[in-house]
Amino acid sequence: MDIHEHQAKDILKGFGVPVPRGIVVYSPEQAAYAARELGGKGPWVVKAQVHSGGRGEAGGVKLCKSDAEVAEYAKSLLGTQLVTKQTDANGKGVFRLYVEEASDIAQELYLGFVLDRKTERIMIVASGHGGMEIEELAETDPDSLVRSVIDPAVGLREYQARDIGFRLGLDGRQVAQFVTFLQACYRAYRDLDAMMVEINPLVITKEGSLIALDAKMSFDTNALYRRPQVEALRDPSQEDPREAFAADHGLAYVGLDGDIGCIINGAGLAMASMDMIQLAGGQPANFLDIGGGASPERVCQAFRTVLSDKNVSVILVNIFAGINRCDWIAKGVIQAYKEVGITLPVVVRLSGTNVEEGRKIIRESGLPIISADTLAEAADKAVAAASQKIAAE
Amino acid sequence: MAILITSETKVVVQGLSGRIGQFHAQEMIEYGTKVVAGVTPGKGGGTVLNRPVFNTVREAVEETGATASLLFVPPPFAADAMMEAAEAGIRTAVCVTDGIPAQDMMRVKRFLRRYPREKKMQLIGPNCAGIISPGQGFMGIMPPHIYKPGRVGIIGRSGTLGYEAASQMQALGIGISSSIGIGGDPINGSSFRDILELFENDPETDAVLMIGEIGGPQEAEAAAYVRDHMTKPVAAYIAGLAAPKGRKMGHAGAIISAFGESAQEKVDLLSSVGITVAPNPSAMGDTVARMLAEKLGQAETEKVGA
Repeated sequence: MDIHEHQAKDILKGFGVPVPRGIVVYSPEQAAYAARELGGKGPWVVKAQVHSGGRGEAGGVKLCKSDAEVAEYAKSLLGTQLVTKQTDANGKGVFRLYVEEASDIAQELYLGFVLDRKTERIMIVASGHGGMEIEELAETDPDSLVRSVIDPAVGLREYQARDIGFRLGLDGRQVAQFVTFLQACYRAYRDLDAMMVEINPLVITKEGSLIALDAKMSFDTNALYRRPQVEALRDPSQEDPREAFAADHGLAYVGLDGDIGCIINGAGLAMASMDMIQLAGGQPANFLDIGGGASPERVCQAFRTVLSDKNVSVILVNIFAGINRCDWIAKGVIQAYKEVGITLPVVVRLSGTNVEEGRKIIRESGLPIISADTLAEAADKAVAAASQKIAAE
Repeated sequence: MAILITSETKVVVQGLSGRIGQFHAQEMIEYGTKVVAGVTPGKGGGTVLNRPVFNTVREAVEETGATASLLFVPPPFAADAMMEAAEAGIRTAVCVTDGIPAQDMMRVKRFLRRYPREKKMQLIGPNCAGIISPGQGFMGIMPPHIYKPGRVGIIGRSGTLGYEAASQMQALGIGISSSIGIGGDPINGSSFRDILELFENDPETDAVLMIGEIGGPQEAEAAAYVRDHMTKPVAAYIAGLAAPKGRKMGHAGAIISAFGESAQEKVDLLSSVGITVAPNPSAMGDTVARMLAEKLGQAETEKVGA
């Protein structure tokens, strides 16, 4: 789960990470007021708060010299969709801004904490060259990257933090600050079940102080049950409404660009079905895992979710039931015809637990459901139905 | 003798008293698995499915001599239950639970390192369908009748995709020595490499099918192991060719977030070390059959199916 920059900075500040002073605002008037409230002669930095990186390049960050300029820029940005290289073509809605005092930058560093799957531990990645994205950094300047893995039994040790600091070329006074900075970030990561903390850039100011100029945090959704303060930071305006609807009904859904809607059980089989559609010459409209023990009701919700995507022209249901039951799935499909009003072709492949009952229910329903016995046949029939539909139009 | 579970393995079920635990334990018993006890803290002294229930895994092990444990424990308590099993002397633990926090698994893995290799518990999962040695016994939630007994090992992250493979193989008359679901989480108890090693050393396994997916470094690690240590032929399928980068595809671990983690990169790497990669998920069974014919010869192939 992602959160906004201003929320990440609030959290990190609480753990002792130095951040610039700033105020979150929702209107141009508030923005101008915030600039005056922060005081001084400026300049101020106004930053679009969206769940995406690459905001600067996309025009979502501006250095403003007067409160009038702050208000004007806020007016031009609020309510728009910000398209960055990390978002899709629709971008993300800008509904709040962060107005911050500008910092005097002497040097920019990169600092990230991630879950390293190779060592199965938290890893620090740092570089003396900040500002760029880590992927870009790894490509253009891999030798600048310093990595250090944290043993969960003892946590981040000071010698580790010192070592990283000296390898980045910091002087003794800065290294002392850097150690405190790193330990604060690590505690925030550990205590709040983060999956990623990224400070990019971490700035050394002209006075020689370290400060988190930007901050990004994402969290382990599996741990939200014990982190209500993190879950409270969820911003539905930054989520795909279909994905949010699906998640509320116990479905894992990811929207894609194609026209063949998928309703599958199990993440692996769902990915495999998407692959099979692509190999058969079609394009999947989504990833959808209905999960284990799916009731007819949940199947119905899956149809609603898939059909909310207007690009969908065919629906493929592929179930290999272990803890699921084919008869429940079949009942769900029929219920969906009645309740959701399906007019599109539906291809159904059932296998596993109670398969005969399931197939019988489909057969005797009298509905125009296209049946398939294998994964390959199901994909072929779905792709054929989709191309027929395109030809008919 | 298959791997990790045989007809002789004595199994305790942590969370036997719950509805899900009871349902699957019943299936396991009907299949012939030696389920000897349940563990539910606070319910010790009772019985479920005619099996004694104990308060702690230690008591269950002391009283029954169990060496394996299947965990149906909710996410907040699962990490603790795994550590309890390890400390009680359980040799093989299978955790089905989906939704365990990643840092909990980090601590479990660190905890398991306190034991010397010969005493270390082999943890399978979490977020997996379980393990089965067809005709002998199983620990998990899979439909056991789709697995035909035989001499090919299966390792996979996904439960349902593993079922798909087993049923394709059954349709072609190819049997399975053991099928191991290692689970879809970013941090899991056993990796592809760990299980490949067990199959390599198992005299009753002749070849292995490995079912991977996008995300994480474990397929690459497995490729290196196959190149350097495997004498038995390995086939593979990698799910997620059509999956976009940076999006989590259902499994917490199925996300392309680094170089080498896409399906195509993994397919290329596995192919480069001599692994026979299935071109699509419908061809997993055919690919295994073709590999057996090519690498083991026709006579051997017939034996494998028998």
